[in-house]
Amino acid sequence: MKKIHRRSLLAASAFAALAPRARAAEPVTLTVWSWLPNLQVELDMCTAANPGLKFQLTNAGQAGPEYAKLRTALKAGTGAPDIVQLELDMVRSFAQVRGLADLAQLGMADMSAQYVPYTWQEVTEGRRINALPWDSGPMGQIYREDIAKAHGFEPPRTWDEFADAAKALRKTSPDTYLTNATFSDGGWVTGLLWQAGWRPFQVDGDHLTIRIKSDATQRFAAYWQKLIDARAVDTSAGFTTDWYQSLARGRYAIWLTAAWGPVFLSQFAQSSAGKWRAALLPQWNAAAPSNGNYGGSALAITATSQHKQEAATAIRWLLGQSAPARAFASKQFLFPVLDSLLKDQSFLDTPYPFFGGQAANQVFAKASSQVGTDFQWSPFNDYFVAQIGNECGAVASSGGSLEGAFDTLQARVVRFARQQGFTVAT
Amino acid sequence: MDTTATIPHPPRSRAMQWPGPRSAPILLLAPFLVLFACFLIVPLAYALVLSLFRDTLAGGTSFSGLQNYIDVLGDTNFWSGIAHMALFGLFQVPVMLALALAIAIMLDRGTIWFRNAFRLAFFVPYAVPSVVATLIWGYLYGPSFGPFTQAAHALGIPAPDFLSSHWMLASLANVVTWEYVGYNMIILYSALQAVPAELSEAAVMDGASPWQIALRVKVPSIRGAIVLTLIFSVIGTLQLFNEPQLLHAISPSVIGDHYTPNVYAYALAFTDQQYNYSAAVSFVLGAVIAVISYLFMLGTREGGTS
Repeated sequence: MKKIHRRSLLAASAFAALAPRARAAEPVTLTVWSWLPNLQVELDMCTAANPGLKFQLTNAGQAGPEYAKLRTALKAGTGAPDIVQLELDMVRSFAQVRGLADLAQLGMADMSAQYVPYTWQEVTEGRRINALPWDSGPMGQIYREDIAKAHGFEPPRTWDEFADAAKALRKTSPDTYLTNATFSDGGWVTGLLWQAGWRPFQVDGDHLTIRIKSDATQRFAAYWQKLIDARAVDTSAGFTTDWYQSLARGRYAIWLTAAWGPVFLSQFAQSSAGKWRAALLPQWNAAAPSNGNYGGSALAITATSQHKQEAATAIRWLLGQSAPARAFASKQFLFPVLDSLLKDQSFLDTPYPFFGGQAANQVFAKASSQVGTDFQWSPFNDYFVAQIGNECGAVASSGGSLEGAFDTLQARVVRFARQQGFTVAT
Repeated sequence: MDTTATIPHPPRSRAMQWPGPRSAPILLLAPFLVLFACFLIVPLAYALVLSLFRDTLAGGTSFSGLQNYIDVLGDTNFWSGIAHMALFGLFQVPVMLALALAIAIMLDRGTIWFRNAFRLAFFVPYAVPSVVATLIWGYLYGPSFGPFTQAAHALGIPAPDFLSSHWMLASLANVVTWEYVGYNMIILYSALQAVPAELSEAAVMDGASPWQIALRVKVPSIRGAIVLTLIFSVIGTLQLFNEPQLLHAISPSVIGDHYTPNVYAYALAFTDQQYNYSAAVSFVLGAVIAVISYLFMLGTREGGTS
């Protein structure tokens, strides 16, 4: 299955009438699972550029529901798509169950230099390439400029300033919170801890070093515990009807979110359009800025695919060429992972009316460059993220110690990893 | 009732004389048996086999005998789910069945206007899929902008947070009651309709009040139907899944991944990838339900209505 296609395709088509079963004459139809709206647009572009490639697109659900189906199909050995969308943090978990093809063996090793380094780190293990990065979520804050003006605060540059502003706002305006801390969202907690220098896993094959409890969690826990105890921040769940309304109606002044946040917000908070601005995440140390990632996804080729080479051609084109990358950024508003696009002036200068004409991409492009590059995900990420959400969420809703939650997590995850047959160091 | 003694039994030989080949019953039963085997027996057997193994991410698969079951018996997450549901059922089931019975009796008395319209209205919630029902209630419960909260604000009283850990079981019970009162009402109503009118007439002749007729004549006559709804409700309670799973999205920090035994089994299989252990949890849950149902049957059998 090496590079026989384009050439032999022409030759074979001459005989197609005589030999109707000649396989090379048939365009290959690749099955794709993705939850990205309107992906068909870019897939059609890909078919136009590569006439031998056709696509059958299925939305198998966003994240969790898709993973459940993918796991079932991989276990069964049939039914999995050729190409599948995975969140960046889940790539290693699917590689662990040997569900993904090694893209290095499909000639993708030369792609590494094109991508933002931390996203490349998320999809690779040593020389092995498990997926190609598609979009990312460097963190930042988006805030209501009108509320900030009315209460006389600037978007906080440090976490100290953030805490002061949170307490001050509670005093002057009982109906408004500076922010809602969604501790039941393990991905959100992870992104903020990533910024604080948290590196919970070092993965070396089936050998894991697990340091969930660390200086980073201690600092993080002590900081947020004070704000929770003082009721200076709300701690409701995110992505609920109530939460959408709270953002749209100005009950929260700041949303600590990622690069996909601005467009996501504009979909349900149109009533507050024009009042929002984007800014960098508050820093622990303003002199040495750092950042974390929250969300983002990748495209992988499944190990069970019968058309790996063709699928490789497809994702190399979709995620490596500038035309589809621009389409993803401008039509679906995926935050780019291609270095070239992040430095592109027309991308950077795009004004967003929702943000009062601010060129929000500039903020998040800078945020992207500040993300720590050596973060590693565990090979059982859905378990891990769910446990963070459970433990931290319970503290946020029912009281208790946030620091204690990380003690519990450390012990529980180590026990789980050992049960799963990993050798674990702490 | 000695009248039954005078009805002659059909001659036994008639069953033997039934024409047609012996294979006919098997043929007629085949569609059911095939589906039954495919969708019940085979999956159950497969789950049973799964539960005897342990498949790990790094260590591969190995036979573990009954170890998974031993682990479930000592798993506090599992038993806390059962305890949650026991507490839930202790309050929710009697309230729901009492409501269903009261409505059924009212409709059965016939003194109510628009009887069919009411009967339909009470039954409609059951026709709403539980997923949709939970989404509706989840919106109504909203702690900042839900209608209840808005109303409380308008009246200047503090709004209860229906999704907090204190209220969650009651909020869930309310959703489940809303969904299933109509269903149980229909079963009880049908049973009431089958109660011979002579019994009520005789009671009226004896000077019984409508209350006495309802409680002393009708309710005892439909005892079997009440026991049936009770057992269905107990089983349904222990298997509760849709409602807590959806409210989990709205209030994830209150409804953890082991709020009910089925939610726990689901999280084990589809989040933690512990399919084998999840299968064992499901079997133990099945056993718990079987034991509790059997105890209920025993407890309600005296009186002989069976």
